Amino acid sequence: MSNLLIKIAKELLLARWKQTLVAAIGVTFSISMFVTLLSFMNGLNDLLDGLILNRTAHVRIYNEVKPSKKQVINLSNQYKDSYNFINSVKSSSSRQSIYNTVAIFETLNKDPRILGYAPKINAQVFFTYGTLAITGSINGIEVAAESKLFSFKDYVTAGKAIDLKNVPNSIILGKGLAEKLMANIGDVVQINTTDGNLMPLKVVGVFQSGLKDLDLVQSYTSVATAQKLMGKSNNYLTDIQVKLKDINQAPKIAKEYALLFDCDAEDIQTANSQFETGSTVRTIISYAVGVVLLIVAGFGIFNILNMLIYEKMDTIAILKATGFSGMDVKKIFIYIALSIGIFGGLFGIIFGFGFSVIIDNIPFNTPSLPTIKTFPINYKSTYYIIGIIFSMVTTYMAGFFPARKASKIDPVTIIRGK
Amino acid sequence: MSEIILSAKDIQKSFHDPVDVKILSDITFEINKGEFVSVIGKSGCGKSTLLYILSTMDTEYQGDLFINGQLMRNKKESELAIVRNEYIGFVFQFHYLLNEFNVLENVMLPGLKLNKYSKEEVEHRAMEKLKMLGIANEAFKKASQLSGGQKQRVSIARSLINDPLIIMGDEPTGNLDNKNSLIVFDIFKELAEVYHQTLLIVTHDQSFAANTTRIIEMADGRIIRQ
Ligand SMILES: Nc1ncnc2c1ncn2[C@@H]1O[C@H](COP(=O)(O)OP(=O)(O)O)[C@@H](O)[C@H]1O
Ligand SMILES: [Mg+2]
Repeated sequence: MSNLLIKIAKELLLARWKQTLVAAIGVTFSISMFVTLLSFMNGLNDLLDGLILNRTAHVRIYNEVKPSKKQVINLSNQYKDSYNFINSVKSSSSRQSIYNTVAIFETLNKDPRILGYAPKINAQVFFTYGTLAITGSINGIEVAAESKLFSFKDYVTAGKAIDLKNVPNSIILGKGLAEKLMANIGDVVQINTTDGNLMPLKVVGVFQSGLKDLDLVQSYTSVATAQKLMGKSNNYLTDIQVKLKDINQAPKIAKEYALLFDCDAEDIQTANSQFETGSTVRTIISYAVGVVLLIVAGFGIFNILNMLIYEKMDTIAILKATGFSGMDVKKIFIYIALSIGIFGGLFGIIFGFGFSVIIDNIPFNTPSLPTIKTFPINYKSTYYIIGIIFSMVTTYMAGFFPARKASKIDPVTIIRGK
Repeated sequence: MSEIILSAKDIQKSFHDPVDVKILSDITFEINKGEFVSVIGKSGCGKSTLLYILSTMDTEYQGDLFINGQLMRNKKESELAIVRNEYIGFVFQFHYLLNEFNVLENVMLPGLKLNKYSKEEVEHRAMEKLKMLGIANEAFKKASQLSGGQKQRVSIARSLINDPLIIMGDEPTGNLDNKNSLIVFDIFKELAEVYHQTLLIVTHDQSFAANTTRIIEMADGRIIRQ
């Protein structure tokens, strides 16, 4: 039965194939734009997120410098029942390092939710090169873990990341910092710690994160060198950066670890909340543009169906006179609208994919993003599925009212009118 | 006692455009199986209006209409569509074929809608009807390529496809020349005599009416002779 209606719909559609084609091209255009825009915008989102998020620990375990919550007097039995006012509480600077790192590593190794972790030592230092002294910070890292989890070696633009490990007493400087110090690979820079220790380190590479401010102050060395520099033992660590399998679990796991290890733990969502907002706005813009384009295409379909119905009054009257119900007529016109939607949408996602591939191959070189060679595109299948669903929904809505009008045509008026 | 196929009881119809005008009054008659009935009357006396009511396309009237013993009042639009599809074959003055389809498909459409026979059977039956009406050669032409007389024969073939209880025609020869009118009339006569097909044909052609088995004459919306 519905086969018959589809066949009738097909014949009516073919009888006006030029107009139908125009309508379908409208849908194709909107859907391809929609898919391209969404892929591109989300590619950009991924890129910008990657700039920070990929290089940031999902959970960072550290020990914040802050006054102790448990003041001695409150623990004393003698003054248990009295109000104790303590003025000018200061934090004791004794330990910035994390306690009991061995036990923490053991726990992390066993936790199935964890992708990996990288230990780190962060310290404020002065760099001296000739007469110049510049404040900055030095990060003691494990190159292999840092590269695997946070793509460290992708951002080393000159020299080799692995030399940090292979060359004793070596350092990789941020690009801005290296320029300020006028230090090239092979040069030696002097590092002064805040405690007064002094140590010469050999430059083995230059690092470019894409964030200029960061590159002006950051430098990297190995964990062992950092420990030596600080004059600490070989279990001294200030941070443990944990990467999770599921980033969304970070807030929960951070809380859990803070309790378990009796230290501070910060999740990535808290640390970088502003990035969410940017991504959301870009996504909303792409959807809005896509929907507007589709509405325009929808009006095109609406017009063409109205015209078709006007032209096919006789056909509709005769179908009704020979036993087709209003519902049958309505279905015929809905089928016409939907087939415009399906074909238009299908070609739309094909073209959308094509445009995405083209954009993906346009060179995009910027000094601040050394790893990016072309414009970013996200080829998520969701956008294509949404595109098809959108095209069907719009064409259905555009077809609905004309189809209902057709179903209500009174055959007597048409036949008598001749 | 012959079988009653269609029965109209006291049918009234008015238009309200812009004032109330009564077009049909006290229309009461029956049609028996196998009858070849013609309806005559001056132009504007309400013949077409009556035929649209009898064919269930017009539902705004007073009185009762029975087709095959079923009361048509209170039937839903979709149910009336089924009645038209199954029981009524319609031949219009202006052939009204669908130009998007070829001749054979035009004849087949109501049969496919009825969905009683397979597509192959419907096609076979449609071909039989076209042969019977002498236009089998035109089966695969587009409807628009036929002459007026041929088109009218195609629409008769279409009206026959579901073996309807009754064929209704609204001046089916009104738009044809004498020769083609005669051919169409002979077809109706053959249908009535050989196949005992029930026919109700509106005409203003006196000689056409004179050759039918029964004449209903109308004037000013009333039946004055039957
Ligand atoms: N939609 C309408 N509104 C008002 N009057 C109508 C309408 N349709 C037909 N009429 C009138 O009804 C009368 C009968 O018309 P019709 O049934 O077509 O006559 P016939 O077919 O016998 O020539 C005519 O006077 C015509 O003007
Ligand atoms: Mg008339």
